Amino acid sequence: MSSDQASFARALLDPERQAPDGVTSHTHAAPAKRFAVYRNNVVVGLVDALATRFPAVQRIVGEEFFRAMAGVFVRAHPPRSPLMMDYGDDLPAFVETFAPAAELPYLADVARLEAARTRAFHAADAAPLPPAAFSALEPAELEALRLQFCPDIAIVRSTHPIVTIWAMNVDEAEPAPIEDWRGEDALVSREGFEVAVRRLPPGGAVFLANLRAGGTLAEAALAAMQETARFDLAENLAGLMSAQLVAGLIPAQVPAF
Amino acid sequence: MIQPALPPRTGVGFKPDHFEGLIADPGPIGFVEVHAENYMGEGGRPHARLTHLHERFALSLHGVGLSIGVDGPLDRAHLQRLRRLCDRYRPESFSEHLAWSSHGEIYLNDLLPLPYTAATLARIADHVAEIQDALGRRMLLENPATYLLFAESTLAETDFLAGIVGRTGCGLLLDVNNVFVSATNHGRSAEAYLAAFPLEHVGEIHLAGHAASADDMGAPLLIDAHGSPVADPVWALFERVIVRTGPLPTLIEWDNDVPAWPVLRSESVAADAVLTRFGVMHAA
Repeated sequence: MSSDQASFARALLDPERQAPDGVTSHTHAAPAKRFAVYRNNVVVGLVDALATRFPAVQRIVGEEFFRAMAGVFVRAHPPRSPLMMDYGDDLPAFVETFAPAAELPYLADVARLEAARTRAFHAADAAPLPPAAFSALEPAELEALRLQFCPDIAIVRSTHPIVTIWAMNVDEAEPAPIEDWRGEDALVSREGFEVAVRRLPPGGAVFLANLRAGGTLAEAALAAMQETARFDLAENLAGLMSAQLVAGLIPAQVPAF
Repeated sequence: MIQPALPPRTGVGFKPDHFEGLIADPGPIGFVEVHAENYMGEGGRPHARLTHLHERFALSLHGVGLSIGVDGPLDRAHLQRLRRLCDRYRPESFSEHLAWSSHGEIYLNDLLPLPYTAATLARIADHVAEIQDALGRRMLLENPATYLLFAESTLAETDFLAGIVGRTGCGLLLDVNNVFVSATNHGRSAEAYLAAFPLEHVGEIHLAGHAASADDMGAPLLIDAHGSPVADPVWALFERVIVRTGPLPTLIEWDNDVPAWPVLRSESVAADAVLTRFGVMHAA
């Protein structure tokens, strides 16, 4: 009897299936336990890859819940690429629809934050401008200025305090009850080789998103002010300059290709 | 075609936690090996460290995701990623496994077994030739650790590997732990396997630890777990290989439950001692 990789692969991902036709051993013609070694390697290896990428999610739900949830995800969404650093990009969307996690409505956004951290970690190297590059500009130039951003930046918006929750679950902040439960927007970026996670000020996410889409400082500030009256341009500009986000300045006279 | 070579010394599979220890106190280390797929991001610390390591040590790029044994075409996008990595680092060796690890669009993240027939030999030889053409270099093909057999197999694994070498000119990566694991799992003699192995084509040796389990009938089933020291019978087989071949580049793999650097370093010291003592017997 011959084997084929299609049935072998199906049986790996489906614990209800028997070992595929054509496999054998010197002790037993239907070596279920031997086939189970491969089945276990596949699922455990992929669950481990997710546990490495989503440590805060695992801490929040506990290891047993996480591994059970990840096991369901692995079988429903096996990887499409041999690059394990990318595996789990669609875990946040899965978490959102995973009924047993429904009472943790912030869990998917914490997963989005962790997925963004891995992407930042592996992003292309860039040389951010020093803050002094901004101070050389005339105030009149600032308004029409466009910015070129480093490639490692991500903004994760949430209606839950995801930065606070994330920090408490990776030992970057003391665990404590969250008295003031309000949404937080996270800025994920790289400082050298370290990934930094910051809480954006009100309107900051819209301001940055507008700039990254090619808007001028004036356009981005207007969009942020329309989003919230609490937007503070000076605070956001200072943050922009100090956070090593900007790789280049595009003054108005140069067309922004 | 480029045919670079690793130095006939001991090396380690590089783990990020060992970076400082490896730089400060490398012991007898002559090369490091990394899994190619872990360095397919664009930038960041992984590349900075690998660049630094390659300034000090020879580099072996070891693929785990190319799925050479796949029953369809090779993943050309992945082959191009490997090409870029080889161009960027110019490693002294590139190696991959006699196994498959993907099916269609799905990547299964394990080294899965193959039946050894004339048809699979022809397919894998074609794939190895395609890889060597795409990378512009000779590759090494590694013997697998296997847990089950295929009823349709007609060739011994050693004849199968020799057949691929004969058709493609590739070299072999002899994983001595895999030899011991597979021989035990299939009730065969590891010594007989090594006696039949085309040692003259070996460009690198792997040593690693395994874990013990049992099969459906209670027979011993060893798992290629890479989470413990190299076992005594594997050291003994390694010594006999080196007597026959002389010193060869020899890697200690420890991928799970990774120990502190001094523990891994002491394994490489032990491998280095074998290369020195038993390599001399080859010369004599």
